[in-house]
Amino acid sequence: MNPDNVKIKVENLRKDFGHLKVLQGVSTEICEGEVVVVIGPSGSGKSTFLRCLNQLEKVTEGRVIIDGQDITDPETDINKLRERVGMVFQHFNLFNNMNVLRNLMLAPVDLKQCGKEEAKERALAMLERVGLQDKVNAFPHQLSGGQKQRVAIARSLCMKPDIMLFDEPTSALDPEMVGEVLDVMKELAHEGMTMVVVTHEMGFAREVANRVLFMDEGCILEEGTPEEVFGNPQNPRTQDFLNKVL
Amino acid sequence: MAEIFNKYGPILVTAMGQTLLLALYGLFFACIIGLIVGIMSVVKNKFCRGFALVFVNLIRGVPMIVLAYFIFFGIPFFCNSILKIGGVTLTALQAGSICLALNCGAYMAEIIRAGIQSVDIGQMEAARSLGLPYWRAMQRVILPQAIRTMIPSIINQFIITLKDTSILSVIGFPELVNTAKNVVAATFLSFQTWGIVAIMYLIVILLLQWAAKVLERRLKYESR
Repeated sequence: MNPDNVKIKVENLRKDFGHLKVLQGVSTEICEGEVVVVIGPSGSGKSTFLRCLNQLEKVTEGRVIIDGQDITDPETDINKLRERVGMVFQHFNLFNNMNVLRNLMLAPVDLKQCGKEEAKERALAMLERVGLQDKVNAFPHQLSGGQKQRVAIARSLCMKPDIMLFDEPTSALDPEMVGEVLDVMKELAHEGMTMVVVTHEMGFAREVANRVLFMDEGCILEEGTPEEVFGNPQNPRTQDFLNKVL
Repeated sequence: MAEIFNKYGPILVTAMGQTLLLALYGLFFACIIGLIVGIMSVVKNKFCRGFALVFVNLIRGVPMIVLAYFIFFGIPFFCNSILKIGGVTLTALQAGSICLALNCGAYMAEIIRAGIQSVDIGQMEAARSLGLPYWRAMQRVILPQAIRTMIPSIINQFIITLKDTSILSVIGFPELVNTAKNVVAATFLSFQTWGIVAIMYLIVILLLQWAAKVLERRLKYESR
């Protein structure tokens, strides 16, 4: 790993919800263009970890540094930072009161990244990229789960982010729709996007990840290349988890 | 009945106009109060939430007739006799509007709070994750969705408030009930007079309901 192009640096991250200690000191570094997949049993803190990376969760202790900027510092303009860090949710969270085009155009226009014309061009280009150019005028409730998730990815991409966070993007999908979403994500990975993906899709992790983190009880217990983690897990809890899911 | 209506119809219709005027003022300010207090009760700031809670519970806990007496008689008395600021008076229309606005505003605040909270939290998170500031997200994403679910309750509250204007006859505002009382006092024909008044309220409220249905259907059609 080349320390020069560290994109995200996480230092001793802790997060409590009341008495519940969800993250108990997580540290890692994610490089530019790296695809990191986070796996682990439910309740292990994977999603919370991911949500700390764009401050959807305020951290209790520790630091998250993106491009040298400490985003846990209250002085940091978090909205400005979030423009560069896209996020895709398990339940898509498309804006139900807008059609697909307006979903994609809202943030770029509202945050004055570009004019309406350019935003529309961008939106159409992104929709084409995820294969949904014919759904421009559809409302979210008219789309299938897989389509919704692809629109959600396109919506994030419209902000031209350089990091993408995926929070179990295929967990709420019917099995036959998982593939179409993973394909879009694979393409994104091949284009060199820095990605952090929380998922239960071990196939995706094996194929696309540069590095796999195994989390349990708020700690990273094991990390390494997919071959190392899946082929020869060292920690007994990793072994136990992989035995159950593979 | 026709006889009464022929003779006192114009007075009663004028009085209905006064009722509507009072309701309009009251509802206008109630909407503003409701929106402000409703949003205050969902933001993070503890002071705002505390204020909203106290306001809503205070107003809901006092009968409107007491509120009306308090504002119309109590406040000027307090200013003139206790604070020694001379010449503070409120017209019945002013006091009535304030009273309606406060009362209806408290209920509206609860409707708006519930409406905002009924929108899935993921909508706010998605908007924030794109970099939209909280208020922008509220304005562009949350409120438009919340309003759609709030409309039936808001209309219901409008109807209640419209009828509650009758309570303000106690502070002497010449609205429909107050005027009808005078008509009965002059004619002793209480069956006919109150019958006409009831029908007049009914017509106005049915019209309001019909308009609400049209609005509701149109909002539905736009997105679902």
